[in-house]
Amino acid sequence: MLYNLSQYVVLKKEDFNGFISDLVKEQKVVAPVAKGCGQFSFEEVKSGSEISIDYIPTILPPKKYFMPRDENIATYDLSNGEDMEPVVEYEKMLLFGVHTCDLAGIQCLNMVFSERPRDLNYLIRKNQITIIGYECNFYCDRFASCRLVHNHSPNGGYDLFFTDVGDRFMIHVNTNTGEELVAKSNLLRKAGEKDFEDLQRVREAKNREFAKNEIPIEHEKIPELFDRAYNSKVWEDLDKRCVACGNCTNVCPSCYCFNMIDEPNLDLKTGRRYRQWDSCQNESFAKVAGGESFRKERGARQRHRYYRKFKYPIAKFSRFFCTGCGRCSRTCMACINLKETLNSLIKEQGMENPEAGKV
Amino acid sequence: MKKLLLKDSKYEIKKSKIIKVTTLTDLEKFFEIELPGGDSLDHDPGQFVEVSILGVGEAPISVSSSPTKLGSFEMVVRKVGRFTSALHQLKEGDEIGIRGPFGKGFPVRILEGNDLVFVAAGLGIVPLRSLINFVIDNRRDFGKVSILLGCRTPQNMLFGDEVAEWTKRLDVNFSCTVDRADPDWKGNVGMITSLIPGVTLEPERTFAVIVGPPVMYKFVIAELLKKQIPERQILVSLERNMKCGLGKCGHCQINGLYCCQDGPVFSYDKIKGVPEAL
Repeated sequence: MLYNLSQYVVLKKEDFNGFISDLVKEQKVVAPVAKGCGQFSFEEVKSGSEISIDYIPTILPPKKYFMPRDENIATYDLSNGEDMEPVVEYEKMLLFGVHTCDLAGIQCLNMVFSERPRDLNYLIRKNQITIIGYECNFYCDRFASCRLVHNHSPNGGYDLFFTDVGDRFMIHVNTNTGEELVAKSNLLRKAGEKDFEDLQRVREAKNREFAKNEIPIEHEKIPELFDRAYNSKVWEDLDKRCVACGNCTNVCPSCYCFNMIDEPNLDLKTGRRYRQWDSCQNESFAKVAGGESFRKERGARQRHRYYRKFKYPIAKFSRFFCTGCGRCSRTCMACINLKETLNSLIKEQGMENPEAGKV
Repeated sequence: MKKLLLKDSKYEIKKSKIIKVTTLTDLEKFFEIELPGGDSLDHDPGQFVEVSILGVGEAPISVSSSPTKLGSFEMVVRKVGRFTSALHQLKEGDEIGIRGPFGKGFPVRILEGNDLVFVAAGLGIVPLRSLINFVIDNRRDFGKVSILLGCRTPQNMLFGDEVAEWTKRLDVNFSCTVDRADPDWKGNVGMITSLIPGVTLEPERTFAVIVGPPVMYKFVIAELLKKQIPERQILVSLERNMKCGLGKCGHCQINGLYCCQDGPVFSYDKIKGVPEAL
């Protein structure tokens, strides 16, 4: 038996709004809401009816709650010299409806910021956030590549995890925090054999669904592909197309590079030091004081982005930092598409295997 | 949103005092810094600090003094942008913030007992001076010492007094070259690479330590390899934009390496196959 019965509870779909209302009474709840034009966004909700449960990846990933775009790290007061007080700003909240790709993104950030020297600002904030994941039973769209990086199924990283099994949700309880949420609700019941059969049926159907839309390379061969492709012509092609806007890194759930900025208040005595998302796609990103720029070409900067997803983190963290969410491709003004780039690299390196990834 | 004072933040600065400022050239100024309570920086030669001027920002600056100098440390800053211009405005007695030291410096324990060839071009002498002075202060722990110095013009030469002393010492072989001479200059004229063929050395017991502008490394390394110095005994210090110093912000990344944590000092064998490094 793959599933442990005692770790599952069931919520009837008609009780969904009631369940969310109970959560809202306790804390700030953030969930995907529809913004029109096929766009979604994680925002605070007050009731279940505001939530768009069948959503495709939001414009910005939940990273915006873990490392906000602008994040104060200190306030200062120059009245008595260079006096600075490091601060952390945090908020207790519950994130509802996080897809498995975004759970993976949060896991990437957790690894980066727990690596020594640890980043206390991140770690304190992360511990205030409860996460309820939500399973995708279908492919979001043609940009998603979660199967390739094995993120289409849950790999932990949540307190509770919802799977739609028809007229009800099967909920996996993963942590003590999750158990406490379950204990507080009177809308949940323990899962039975029938619920497991339904969950298994949904997962099997999903495996068939997710076997289709694949990139023709084995998961284990991706690092080798990038070992070989450093001087690929594909980067030259991206060099001609990229407009260096930085959208791809802003929307990426595992991009965490930042700049540090001082901002004086109008009194010119006090102010703040904050960090702000930065992008390796900006020409100035790797520039030094003497004017030398170490990734002058846009193609080199795009390559750097891909290598930060598919090669460098393998050595450091033993995992891909591409979560397969597809946001970079969806948002690119120049239609640079991650799956197309991978396909071109695979073809060029002669590593095509049409059978790869089939179940 | 709740706000908490963070006592163990890695971004906390030490409120430090500028105790001496000297104008070295039109562009470069020398600063001597005292940490709170006269504490030592406790750095290795080749490490760097993050210098803060609150309201202006923070920048990585290499430490120019040897750790054998206690009670204060020194740095030399060229005026090139907003932060360094603000730093140049400061006077003796003014305060700055210090974080660090950061990074991996020169492996002084490994260098002990070996012959050393220092190759410094331009501002490279600033961080390299931390090691040169360390070696001079512990002179008997090292073998033969050669210093090769290159500058654009005689007026660009930094630390003239110390250089004059190095030239006089019998336990240091010193040579110097300038790109462009003036009528009073009696020394070599030409690139720093032109000094290397003239150095006599025993390659298997020689460590070469190179610091200079990014474009210089390939050429100097090629000359040193011609001298049969093993790749692992060629040390370089690389310049990158080390914004946070903590291996997070991404600005200083060289391929899979973070210059601020894995460097700035690297041995050539570790980076020769790394694109973007040299």
